[in-house]
Amino acid sequence: MIALNDYLIVSAVLFSLGLLGLMIHRRSIIHLLMSIELLLLAVNTNFIAFSYYFHSIAGQVFVFFILGVAAVEAAIGLAILLVLFRAKHDVDVDSLTSLKG
Amino acid sequence: MFAGTLIASATMTIMSRDPVRSALFLVLSFFAAAALWILLTAEFLGLVLILVYVGAVMTLFLFVIMTSHRVDLTIKPSFSRYWPYALAIVLLFMLLALSVLSSYRTPSQLIRANVDNTAALGSILYTHYVYPFEIMGLLLLVGIIAAISLNPRVIRDRKQQDPSQQICVKPSDRIRLIKMKPSIRS
Repeated sequence: MIALNDYLIVSAVLFSLGLLGLMIHRRSIIHLLMSIELLLLAVNTNFIAFSYYFHSIAGQVFVFFILGVAAVEAAIGLAILLVLFRAKHDVDVDSLTSLKG
Repeated sequence: MFAGTLIASATMTIMSRDPVRSALFLVLSFFAAAALWILLTAEFLGLVLILVYVGAVMTLFLFVIMTSHRVDLTIKPSFSRYWPYALAIVLLFMLLALSVLSSYRTPSQLIRANVDNTAALGSILYTHYVYPFEIMGLLLLVGIIAAISLNPRVIRDRKQQDPSQQICVKPSDRIRLIKMKPSIRS
């Protein structure tokens, strides 16, 4: 019998991995975007596990909206990344200092 | 088993330095998460995760990676220099979460729902959550417009008016008066 805690533990480990990826790949934007996808995946797994064990479908509706917003966010982030690469030929976060006064 | 696959592929996603390999491991972790969701009777969302993420978003990721990173990113070390601190913070977070989560056991009473998941989700989505649904449609529209208008090739070919040129125009630019002798054509 799989309890709710097991799903929550898996999702906590997944969230920690995404957080770790966000911290150690601070320099490349594409790794940052992928780590953000991992964080959202952990949150969505939490929502679906709660929705299953508490017999409420509102969690799944919420996951639906999170998926839509995350897809829009990834699309716009990648479009910005392409524009940035064409302008500067580099995607390093530390080299984006053109707004510094 | 799916949870193990999910954790392992997520680890490989953040540990590999090659962005292409990282993206492919992210695809594998999405597949494992979708299998977990389907086991949790969220069939519609699992299929949506596979279709939208593996089909669209990860294709977009791979497209961007292969157009922008040719050789440069895999050579230079992409790990931040203070990764031990990050690891310590994340381990602390994970220990806190695990200690909280394993301290109590929720009673899990499982009643297998007989109603179709997709039908239930659709019926509540179009009645009770119809305004958030329309707001999300609007958000997707804004996303489409933003992604198109961020394309620099569109801006270069756009035909537009230049007001400074329009108000600085002189009459001699537009019409040229010439003198010629009157002649009678027979």
